[in-house]
Amino acid sequence: MTEPLLRVRDLKTYFVTERGGGTARAVDGVSFDVHPGETLGIVGESGCGKTVTSLSILRLIPEPPGHILSGSLIEFEGRNLLTLRPPELRAIRGNEVAMIFQEPMTSLNPVFTVGDQIAEAAIVHQRLPRKRARARAIEMLRLVGIPDPEERVDHYPHQLSGGMSQRVMIAMALVCHPKLLIADEPTTALDVTIQAQILELLDRLQAELGMAVLLITHDLGIVAGTSDRVVVMYAGQVVETAATPELFAHPLHPYTEGLMAAVPRIDTRVSQVRGRLHTIPGQVPAASAWPAGCRFHPRCPYAWDRCTVEEPPLLDAGRGEPGSHAVRCWLLTEPRRRTRQA
Amino acid sequence: MTAWLVRRVAAAIAIVWAVVTVTFVLVHVAPGTPFLPPAETPVDPAVLERLRSQFGLDRPLSEQYVRYLREIARGNLGESFALHRPVADALAEALPNTLTLAGAALCIEFVLGLALGVYQAARARRFGDVALGNATLFLYSVPTFWLGLLLLVVFGQWLRWFPVGGVVDVVTHESLPWAGRVADRLWHLALPAGTLGLVGAAATARFERAAMLEVLGQDYVRTARAKGLPERRVVLGHALRNALLPFVTLFGLAFPFLLTGAVLVETVFAWPGMGRLAAEAIFRRDYPVVTAAAMLASGMVVLGSLLADLLYAAADPRIRTSAA
Repeated sequence: MTEPLLRVRDLKTYFVTERGGGTARAVDGVSFDVHPGETLGIVGESGCGKTVTSLSILRLIPEPPGHILSGSLIEFEGRNLLTLRPPELRAIRGNEVAMIFQEPMTSLNPVFTVGDQIAEAAIVHQRLPRKRARARAIEMLRLVGIPDPEERVDHYPHQLSGGMSQRVMIAMALVCHPKLLIADEPTTALDVTIQAQILELLDRLQAELGMAVLLITHDLGIVAGTSDRVVVMYAGQVVETAATPELFAHPLHPYTEGLMAAVPRIDTRVSQVRGRLHTIPGQVPAASAWPAGCRFHPRCPYAWDRCTVEEPPLLDAGRGEPGSHAVRCWLLTEPRRRTRQA
Repeated sequence: MTAWLVRRVAAAIAIVWAVVTVTFVLVHVAPGTPFLPPAETPVDPAVLERLRSQFGLDRPLSEQYVRYLREIARGNLGESFALHRPVADALAEALPNTLTLAGAALCIEFVLGLALGVYQAARARRFGDVALGNATLFLYSVPTFWLGLLLLVVFGQWLRWFPVGGVVDVVTHESLPWAGRVADRLWHLALPAGTLGLVGAAATARFERAAMLEVLGQDYVRTARAKGLPERRVVLGHALRNALLPFVTLFGLAFPFLLTGAVLVETVFAWPGMGRLAAEAIFRRDYPVVTAAAMLASGMVVLGSLLADLLYAAADPRIRTSAA
């Protein structure tokens, strides 16, 4: 395989909690690679550390209260982003690695026109003169499929719909043709029909511009349709990683299994689903108090005593290339236990 | 926009009228009468009676009120009882002094207050922020006249850096060249404007710090950082522009504060402005001067808030489009 574009190793991002001086281990030893041109999906429930992971990559975590522990490594094209000095980091932000966010409406500055906001990165990074930056902004608006870009360029964010705002965000992120786009729940705040359009747009732009995409989402359906590989996160850790077809064909971690069973299928009737649509009992525990042993054991249907005391490492599932499918679960060592107790 | 402006101007006139009415009633109802001679020089009651009828004070209050409004509508503010001159003349003499003082104080307040607030927000909870936070809280809490006296004693009395009162140096001012006269005025302006401006700057800094902190936590600030903008540009470009919006409203509120503050500061620094004129007129029960001063002050306050709304519309695109 080619050299990875982005290497994340043992990333730990902790937060000091307001009361009691506790520490929330929001991201606790996460590792993954993103290769040039591919789409890597990170899935998990709310509170499992996906967003903190994505923000940590560009060091956008507010410090304090957050901090990335030394020993973590975030390497982009061979440079460790965690040790770069601020000007060097800024030269990467928005230029080589760009980011779009969950809430397009609040992520745009209300007092600047969309054209100014798109042009800004080009002015800062490529030293484009104002006129040419504006022309570039119009070009980007056209690229992301906004009608009448010559007119829209002078509009303010409040004059745009949610879907339009996310298109503007994408235009803003891509204005410098980054090699990696981090998309943190880019469609969560949008209507379902708009979601499909935005995902399609991202797909098309990825093919046209040849960039890699790190897609953060809680929606397995989105991952299935867009990602080459998937990282499943739970409680600040990677619990399973595999190529997308492999993961959907052979989900091995009980959490992944549960996530898949929890997705309603459009071809089953609601009457059939009732009582059968699976939910994972309980919820993600607080990041300041992860359970001992396997962090998923309180919600796991297969858990036995070993799971409550001993934390499993990421184990190779032994399917396909070595390391291509890894699972953080003791079931891999004792597969006979994969029977529900109840 | 035009309809909105017409509505606002109509409201402004109504407010000023209400202030005039309330002031008129209050000064007449309040105990004491004008033309009260000092106890040691008794005056013939007949003379007092003649004076009262000369100014129409012997008439029923309602009649006086109607007559007063009619005169105001004609642009006549009446004759001062105590100053023996038209009220308009006295105001015209005092107003520029007050506007100079208030204007200079406003500049200090906004420039210093904004700079401090932005600095504190950018260094939130660190040493500089905490130290300045305590300093501004102190300045904000002390009475204006007390701060004025303190500055007067320290810089006027002990250090002798600044004059202790007046608008110009009455002895030398006329003989100075043009530039010297300006310098002389500024020199006299320093302490009173500094007093008024510092108190305002403390309030502004505290307000602006909170506004900036709120804006710095917004999603679009994170977007600006994700774009790779220098921190300077994030704070002064993206954040400050938004944190200035609530600040514009403060501008409208700062005006009445400056005018009331000016009354005390003008008294402390013997500054012949509106505040001192009004204060002396109140003691002498000089009705026409009191009501005229109240009218002028309320007019400026209303004008200030109207100006603030216009500025707000200019600064915020969301309001601009909905008002247009």
